[in-house]
Amino acid sequence: MPRQRALPLLRTLALTLAGAVMVLGASVAIAQSDDETLKGIEAYRQALLEGNPAELVSARGEELWKAVRGPKKVSLEKCDLGMGPGVVKGAYARMPRYFADSDQVMDFEARLVHCMVTLQGFDRAEVVKSPYSGAGQRQTDIETLTAYVVEESRGVSIAVPQDHPKEKAAYDRGRQLFYMRSGPYDFACSTCHGVDNQRIRLQDLPNFEKKEPAQRAFSTWPAYRVSQGALRTMQWRINDCFRQQRFPEPIFISQGTIDLITFLGVKAAGGKMDSPAIKR
Amino acid sequence: MKQKTLVLAVAAAAVLSACATYTPPTREETMAVINSSFRDRGIAKVDRLNQTELQKACTETGNNPSKDVRERLEKAALATVKYPADGKWLGDFKQGERIAQTGVGMQWSDTAGVPAGGNCYACHQLSKAEISYGNIGPSLNNYGKLRGYSDDIKRYTWAKIWNTHSFNACSSMPRFGDAGILTEEQIRHVMALLLDPASPVNK
Repeated sequence: MPRQRALPLLRTLALTLAGAVMVLGASVAIAQSDDETLKGIEAYRQALLEGNPAELVSARGEELWKAVRGPKKVSLEKCDLGMGPGVVKGAYARMPRYFADSDQVMDFEARLVHCMVTLQGFDRAEVVKSPYSGAGQRQTDIETLTAYVVEESRGVSIAVPQDHPKEKAAYDRGRQLFYMRSGPYDFACSTCHGVDNQRIRLQDLPNFEKKEPAQRAFSTWPAYRVSQGALRTMQWRINDCFRQQRFPEPIFISQGTIDLITFLGVKAAGGKMDSPAIKR
Repeated sequence: MKQKTLVLAVAAAAVLSACATYTPPTREETMAVINSSFRDRGIAKVDRLNQTELQKACTETGNNPSKDVRERLEKAALATVKYPADGKWLGDFKQGERIAQTGVGMQWSDTAGVPAGGNCYACHQLSKAEISYGNIGPSLNNYGKLRGYSDDIKRYTWAKIWNTHSFNACSSMPRFGDAGILTEEQIRHVMALLLDPASPVNK
């Protein structure tokens, strides 16, 4: 089924991209001010919204979620994402959260790995080895499954809980990591994401201390990245930020990454999930 | 009966300790978690998590240290600046433009030995022709035209590029000379982009 839908969608995408290039071209010719440049970028984003290949990834993810897999030959349908075994609707919008069975705060991707290991019997080291697809490769299982689960939270209000002491500690550590300047470039997350209306080149940077930009950013990850031709998850987003921050590599679903995502999610409280989104 | 009361009391205490007595993690606890959450990859090693005194001071004060600390940090930063030994400030502005356009350097995705860029356009406007520029730093368009081409301006600009903290302890800009991001020769080219009257920045 995904194959049959792929062609018209990709054609739409190609057309919207061609349109977007024209819009950007026009903005090059007339851009006299930041305002007009920003309008050009906004038009490009609007054009992108008309065809999102992430739909295909989400559809495949649903099949994968329900497929009997792993040494224990079960599906992920009994996976408890915090709202009880099998409840997927709205679960992503309430994560990271504390899970009593592992006595840990987990983001969605950490919880997914937990379910693949404990329910399906996959080897943890194997599951976490290559969480992100490389250029031109097919999406990984983690990316595909994430696309499905986050789609099931579209329109749901972000409500990352702060009830359990471990949830509060995750937020507090995440906040410290957010402001930590380090590395050869002296950058912190906050260097780019703690001030209003900042841009790198033409890319605007959400200020996570402000509700509205925090909501806009958190609600639109995971996203389909047109420039990479792939769906990217929140863990990937964090990973790529740290790469550009000139930090060492954050370990996939490590406590530090979960803490940071908790901080960002709490800052985005009340925003409506609108993911997978599509971005440049 | 007594046993039941005891069990209840223990349970109540557990609930209370879970809810009421939250103490935020200490800096040491947080750092331990952070240190265990990163790994070496390519040229980006975990020792990058060890903060310098300046990074620590800026982090802990929200980039606003006390006057004493600020002045001490700025003085120490200025002392790191190596001025060109031959007194030659300016290189080739065309090469400077290429360095300003290039963003590679010191990421784990970069190869050791490949010259880094300055990525100036990520944060600054420079040449009018390049409309894809960031706004984290001030516009540098007409940098020389506005400030003049004197040796004082050149000396100041060199120091600002070499170690930005010389004049603003908690500036967001990288230390292009001090951190070894750009070579002396590359800095000369960037200087020319800013301070050669023939550079597109000053046109």
